[in-house]
Amino acid sequence: MDGTLGLLGGGGGGGSSGASTNESTVSKVEVVEQDFVGMSSEASSYPAEAELELGLGLSLGGGGVKAKPCTWGERGRILTAKDFPSVVSHGSSVPSRFTDRATAASVGPVSGTKRAADSVSQEGGSPTGVSQVVGWPPIRAYRMNSLVNQAKSQRAEEDKSRDASKKKIYSKTDPAAKEKCHLGFVKVNMDGVPIGRKVDLNAHSCYETLAQMLEDMFFRSTTAVSSIGSSGEKEQSQKASGYKLLDGSSEFVLTYEDKEGDWMLVGDVPWGMFLTSVKRLRIMRTSEANGLGPRFQERNDRQRCKPI
Amino acid sequence: MNYFPDEVLEHVFDFVTSHRDRNAVSLVCKLWYRVERFSRERVFIGNCYAISPERVIMRFPGLKSLTLKGKPHFADFNLVPHDWGAYVQPWIEAFAKSRIGLEELRLKRMLVSDESLELLSQSFVNFKSLVLVSCEGFTTDGLAAIAANCRFLRELDLQENEIDDLCGHWLSYFPESCTSLTSLNFACLKGEINLAALERLVARSPNLKSLKLNRAVPLEVLQKILMRAPQLVDLGTGSFVHEPDSETYNKLKATILNCKSIRNLSGFLEVAPRCLPSIYPICLNLTTLNLSYAAGIHGSDLVKLIRQCVKLQRLWILDCIGDKGLEVVASTCKELQELRVFPSDPFGVGHAAVTENGLVAISSGCPKLHSLLYFCQQMTNAALETVAKNCPNFIRFRLCILDPTKPDAITMQPLDEGFGAIVRSCKQLRRLSMAGLLTDQVFLYIGMYAEQLEMLSIAFAGDSDKGMLYVLNGCKKLRKLEIRDCPFGNAALLTDVGKYETMRSLWMSSCEVTLGGCKILAKKMARLNVEIINEHDQMDVGPEDGERVDKMYLYRTLVGRRKDAPEFVWTL
Repeated sequence: MDGTLGLLGGGGGGGSSGASTNESTVSKVEVVEQDFVGMSSEASSYPAEAELELGLGLSLGGGGVKAKPCTWGERGRILTAKDFPSVVSHGSSVPSRFTDRATAASVGPVSGTKRAADSVSQEGGSPTGVSQVVGWPPIRAYRMNSLVNQAKSQRAEEDKSRDASKKKIYSKTDPAAKEKCHLGFVKVNMDGVPIGRKVDLNAHSCYETLAQMLEDMFFRSTTAVSSIGSSGEKEQSQKASGYKLLDGSSEFVLTYEDKEGDWMLVGDVPWGMFLTSVKRLRIMRTSEANGLGPRFQERNDRQRCKPI
Repeated sequence: MNYFPDEVLEHVFDFVTSHRDRNAVSLVCKLWYRVERFSRERVFIGNCYAISPERVIMRFPGLKSLTLKGKPHFADFNLVPHDWGAYVQPWIEAFAKSRIGLEELRLKRMLVSDESLELLSQSFVNFKSLVLVSCEGFTTDGLAAIAANCRFLRELDLQENEIDDLCGHWLSYFPESCTSLTSLNFACLKGEINLAALERLVARSPNLKSLKLNRAVPLEVLQKILMRAPQLVDLGTGSFVHEPDSETYNKLKATILNCKSIRNLSGFLEVAPRCLPSIYPICLNLTTLNLSYAAGIHGSDLVKLIRQCVKLQRLWILDCIGDKGLEVVASTCKELQELRVFPSDPFGVGHAAVTENGLVAISSGCPKLHSLLYFCQQMTNAALETVAKNCPNFIRFRLCILDPTKPDAITMQPLDEGFGAIVRSCKQLRRLSMAGLLTDQVFLYIGMYAEQLEMLSIAFAGDSDKGMLYVLNGCKKLRKLEIRDCPFGNAALLTDVGKYETMRSLWMSSCEVTLGGCKILAKKMARLNVEIINEHDQMDVGPEDGERVDKMYLYRTLVGRRKDAPEFVWTL
């Protein structure tokens, strides 16, 4: 293992701590080096390698005996070779195998990895360290996200003055809105159709394209697999009777539920305002939408909800 | 045994509850197989792609409880793309069509949609228990369907799922007639909750034993809930913030005195440490304490709290407890069996963390310790050897050093000897996860000594194929092996292909195996699915056999390649 070799060579050979090496370590290093030699031809075919002297990212104090002040200031900072003194000393000719594994990743859920060549070329030719490695440390994504959110909210709290008499329902409007912005998906149900769909509102910039997409989704038969990938979604047979959802000329009308829980006709407010207040959509029969104006008080799908 | 009527056999089998034992029973002879399959009520499927729902239904017509696991473990760490698979929908559809009277569904790492939840809620009259762990793909609408339609629901347990919280009124969908709840856990929901509906629900659930709230539930409401439910055994608080002089806080203190049954405590997702003394009265009887999301408790507040918990058996904590805090744990919690120390600042500066000293202290103070998850800054061989000597009863030992290839902090040697000591001493070890600088030597030790090992997780370790081979040859009971960023290649992969049929799965990412090697394996072993996850735009170019694969996941299966694989997953 190239990287380990580098570290082993560094650590066993003395590194910054000058630890003494015993016989077995030295012999192990030799054995491994022989293996390495055999692999070198393979290794040298990787691009941008000569530029890189890498250990692995995320050193939080270096490998030395003395506690190094940590150089990992902020999340996502690029470590440089300076952060790994014990590695770099023997690392110049060692193409750490991690060069190809290095990925640039954000803290949040990442579903892909990038080849090191990509990330390295972005850094330029200088020997830079590896960016954060995907999936390390091995903490469940849910927990990681929660840590991030807690850190952010703690910082936010430090900024605000504490008013303890204020009722502290921790209104997570920010993260929730962020999630909505992040996801952009809202559910769409149509009267008479048991299975709902989801649309990405962020993919649209005006009502027309949204309406067009919904018309395609619900009124024309499609064979496309839905975006959430469930194999269970089935389309009802298409309805041919009129499909203009926005102008009131069809059998159906497009409505949405806003943050306050009210059902409104889509199209009344500016698009941007619509985006911030919409929670979900419903393609309602025009006959049922009588009385549905800017404010629709009747909660006809909330019959089970007892008034407080 | 041939002389016993079937009913007697069945009665005897009733006492055999673990699925492994029942599997063993079914292998004895055809008669036992038959009696066992008709009487089996709980089925555990560790890999949802190893078998089809139809075959499960055929074999176990009396099934009442189904446990399904989906994505590979490394999906937890974002190593598996979101739409890799593991949909529960086909399972629910198949069961709904059959005559199975499903009562319980437990899912882990699966993709669940609102449609699935709706179908589930409508298809099984006696449905009682839904437990979702690390799942995603659904919203609170799906929960509303469960609440509304499952008339006899007892348990709704949501653990660490990514749920799209539409901030609706899903709680309000529990009808007034629903009084059967015993367990409700919605701590992972991020949005607002209808507090009045929650209070009423608790008030009409006299059997409620386990309640875990989310952050949106403030202390005032917690107090009212505890008034209604003093019989709770398991409590997860939401927000725990108030002025300590207030009437509400005093009421809470009095209410808590009445909650004599609480044994498991968690939550404190938001906390004012001044309010913690209110829970001291229940600390005395706690057996489980989970403060791993309570970043607001640290320092002396944390230590004071822990000092009260003398009967603790299970502790989940953040590393801001520090080595000194762990010494307090060691001197206080003599009954401790399980400890998990999570990093509070995984990418941070590193002062708020624990080292090998904390672990050594724990091991000498808590001899009953058998399960460990420990994220630390550094480790030494000497410490591990001491731990091995003090605690020979480890079943699960997971160590993670935040710098993944860090050697012994004092000697700068690899940590081979330390982990070697662990596997030599802990003869019952079933799960091991290692970290730090490790060579092939540690794998030699594992192969030699870890006879009961079932699950091994390796990252950034080893020098050559020999390492992996030691493990494959030596660990006869190995079921799950997951490897990332190790120099193991085709030679290791292909030496003993038959081994993989004795295991549930193998994951290798960022190793040295090539496409050609995987193809050879797939060709030889028809009953394995060898999946390559290829996220790069190389489909048109077509990778060559000599190229290394980024991610390979292989698993044994009785039903061949799956039909729902996305385009970036190739089954060879």
